[in-house]
Amino acid sequence: MKIRKRTIALLIYFFLLMLPIYWMLNMSFRSNADILGYFALYPKDITFANYMRIFTDKAWYSGYLNSMIYVTINTLISLSLALPAAYAFSRYHFVGDGQIFFWLLTNRMAPAAVFLLPFFQLYSTFGLIDTHIAVALAHCLFNVPLAVWILEGFMSGVPKEIDETAYLDGYSFPRFFIRVFLPLIRSGVGVTAFFCFMFSWVELLIARTLTTTNAKPIAATMTRTVSAGGLDWGLLAAAGVLTIVPGALVIWFVRNHMAKGFALGRV
Amino acid sequence: MARIALDHIAHSYLPEPKGSADYALKRIHYEWEDGGAYALLGPSGCGKTTLLNIISGLLTPSEGQVHYDGRDVTGLPPEQRNIAQVFQFPVLYDTMTVFDNLAFPLRNRKIAEPDVKKRVLEVAEILELSEVLKKRAANLSADAKQKISLGRGLVRSDVAAILFDEPLTVIDPHLKWQLRRKLKEIHEQLRLTLIYVTHDQVEAMTFAEKVVVMYEGEILQIGTPEELFDHPQHTFVGYFIGSPGMNFLPCTVAEGGAQVAGGRIALDPATFSLAQNATGELQVGIRPMYLELHDTAVANGLQASVSLVEDQGNCKIVTVQLNGTTLRARLPEEKPAPGERVWLVFPPQHTKLFADGRLLQEQPS
Amino acid sequence: MDKWENNRAWFLVLPVFFIVAFSAIIPLMTVVNYSVQDIFGPGQRVFVGTEWFEEVLGDKRLHDALWRQFLFSGLVLLIEIPLGVVIALLMPKKGWGASASLVILALPLLIPWNVIGTIWIIFTRPDIGLLGAAINTMGIAFDHTASPIQAWITLMFMEVWHWTPLVALLAYAGLQAIPEAYYQAAKIDGASAWSTFKYIQLPKMRGVLTIAVLLRFMDSFLIYAEPFVLTGGGPGNTTTFLSIYLVKIAVGQFDLGPAAAFSLIYFLIVLLFSWLFYQALQNVGKGDVK
Repeated sequence: MKIRKRTIALLIYFFLLMLPIYWMLNMSFRSNADILGYFALYPKDITFANYMRIFTDKAWYSGYLNSMIYVTINTLISLSLALPAAYAFSRYHFVGDGQIFFWLLTNRMAPAAVFLLPFFQLYSTFGLIDTHIAVALAHCLFNVPLAVWILEGFMSGVPKEIDETAYLDGYSFPRFFIRVFLPLIRSGVGVTAFFCFMFSWVELLIARTLTTTNAKPIAATMTRTVSAGGLDWGLLAAAGVLTIVPGALVIWFVRNHMAKGFALGRV
Repeated sequence: MARIALDHIAHSYLPEPKGSADYALKRIHYEWEDGGAYALLGPSGCGKTTLLNIISGLLTPSEGQVHYDGRDVTGLPPEQRNIAQVFQFPVLYDTMTVFDNLAFPLRNRKIAEPDVKKRVLEVAEILELSEVLKKRAANLSADAKQKISLGRGLVRSDVAAILFDEPLTVIDPHLKWQLRRKLKEIHEQLRLTLIYVTHDQVEAMTFAEKVVVMYEGEILQIGTPEELFDHPQHTFVGYFIGSPGMNFLPCTVAEGGAQVAGGRIALDPATFSLAQNATGELQVGIRPMYLELHDTAVANGLQASVSLVEDQGNCKIVTVQLNGTTLRARLPEEKPAPGERVWLVFPPQHTKLFADGRLLQEQPS
Repeated sequence: MDKWENNRAWFLVLPVFFIVAFSAIIPLMTVVNYSVQDIFGPGQRVFVGTEWFEEVLGDKRLHDALWRQFLFSGLVLLIEIPLGVVIALLMPKKGWGASASLVILALPLLIPWNVIGTIWIIFTRPDIGLLGAAINTMGIAFDHTASPIQAWITLMFMEVWHWTPLVALLAYAGLQAIPEAYYQAAKIDGASAWSTFKYIQLPKMRGVLTIAVLLRFMDSFLIYAEPFVLTGGGPGNTTTFLSIYLVKIAVGQFDLGPAAAFSLIYFLIVLLFSWLFYQALQNVGKGDVK
């Protein structure tokens, strides 16, 4: 009986957790006049007009493309730079290793708001404002330290004897790293990629500051709609629903590795 | 303390077991005497931990009953069985002191604090933990931690049995020996029923009065260490116990003995008469220490070639090839190493015959 | 694990060092630069020493925002950590139920932060929101844009909704890492469910809970997008947190000097408190009882 009670409590929690998301989903299938006209727990006249508009209006769908592009670039940069560094931290002692590791982590504590203006000026100097690469690079501020941290945890779990054996077998470092080592920490790389994706995807403040039109993220496109008079709630809801989809897809693929990443206590 | 009876126990981890392969334990029927020191010996995956958990009540068997002193406890959880268990890794309450760790099972049973204190001090004395009672358990060495785990079982004066699940795995070799001796001492002092799971034959043989050998969910043999050594009931017992294990040769029954590839081995008359009625695959078995090596041809000697001589300090292990079959012999250290060619003699009184893995012996009437 | 001594490993760390330095040190130097100068235009700047720091430290609105921020982060920790632990305890340990729970829990974490605000606007508006309408139907006048108390309550609900899953996921991972033998030993020792929680589960979760407290403190202290979208800092300034106020000064009023001084103080506060939390949690349950 005790088990039943726990399950019911958990189900109630999940129900409450999903309720706001459901409500947005509900709105996204209704026209604005419909939403303002009457209160309904579920859409009576389902319309896909909101979604059609997003998929056909360049101002809208380019927002998704922009977000996707810079998130992907950021994940690639973060991973490729963090992999060798994490290896160094997990295998070697070198001058200042502890200090550097700690310094990297402090960057995750920096208020994004602190960096807004300097970032803007820095990237203006290089003429990078309103480019995907600017946002991708700026997000490295918190994603690279995070990636180093998570990967170091996974790498430390691989016995050092594997490295020794491979070097004795005549592997060069790059060949050993790619052929032998990376496959061993595959799930760690997956988990890291997931978190880089997630934190870059949900961040708005920096992304919005560094872009104007060409690389404007979807989240910023939405705020524009919010501040305009006469809100189109249905459209806003549909746009919101679409921002959840990529995350939901990614999480579905890494669900089995996720617990492992969390288990290392490194998020 | 209690006599523990396992009444036709079988267990499967699957909800609907089909064949016998789905069972982790197959028909275990045995009674553990009160105050005995038992070892459950077998390779990993043989079901010994499963059996232990059934005795302690962490698992409920799919079939059969468990009785403590005639009382059916099959459905009872461990806390109502008065059992103690020591696990492979030291299980401690990290935030507590050693004293509180030892007092924990008593306090949970609402025993008055003065009694708790008295009992804990007694047990700490036995286990030589008195010095560290005020220390935090998390900061101690592995062997001290394992002693605390054991102590949590000993503090309960009414404990029916203490079960050990490979408790020395994480202990340094030189401390293993000390801890094992301590266990023996405690057993002699308190006469508790101890059941000790291990895959290490040395551990089992030195600790236990009776060793229970398990293989693939079945009990193959129960006996004193000497019985297991001299009269293995099953080829697995012969092979698993003793270092190196028993030699086995496939054979057929022939005039006056067993015919193996490379010659004939004489059998004692009782074994021979049993062999004539035996069915199934027959094997001759002999302990390496009983296999005789001769440098010259002797009567009943089988000619073999020596492939390896290992000096182990207190003895020599000689590996020989008898017509394609590898056999090992154990020579006393003072005997000289043999030449390339030797003649093997199987003394009939030490030569056993097995049919389908089981020892041929006269059925007790 | 023993590590190899090798200073050439620095070469492997260099790329990371450069990119983070580029993204952190250069901007931070700019901030420091601004914080001690008054800038009128290109090339026209005057060194003003600690003037901006004094101005910022004396700013009453900043004090208010700081206390609001502490109150907010304090409430966040008090609610989310215990709630997250309870949820983790309720979750199934294995099977499809465990995977499904993980996916559901992670979902709110993957929503862009301003969309979180949007979701909660839609959810709580008295005219079209499920929650807002429901509360009004019960006879309580609810409009978080008008009442500071209701704005706070709504914000807390949003924050708890958004981030408790993270705490639950961490706590769950911590629970999963406890070997089965501990639970078996507790059973044999006759421990109650509460004792098992207090003496086994909670101590074993210390590591992940440290991380959870640190993360939740840092991120709630730095919160910007969600309250900005939901309340815009209002009504009045009652939900103006530090980040919102900072952006207002820096971007809204373009007061670079005070904003920079503010930024540095802000950063230091976060560092200091994170360090204090870390030290405190590390020392819990360590060392001998005297």
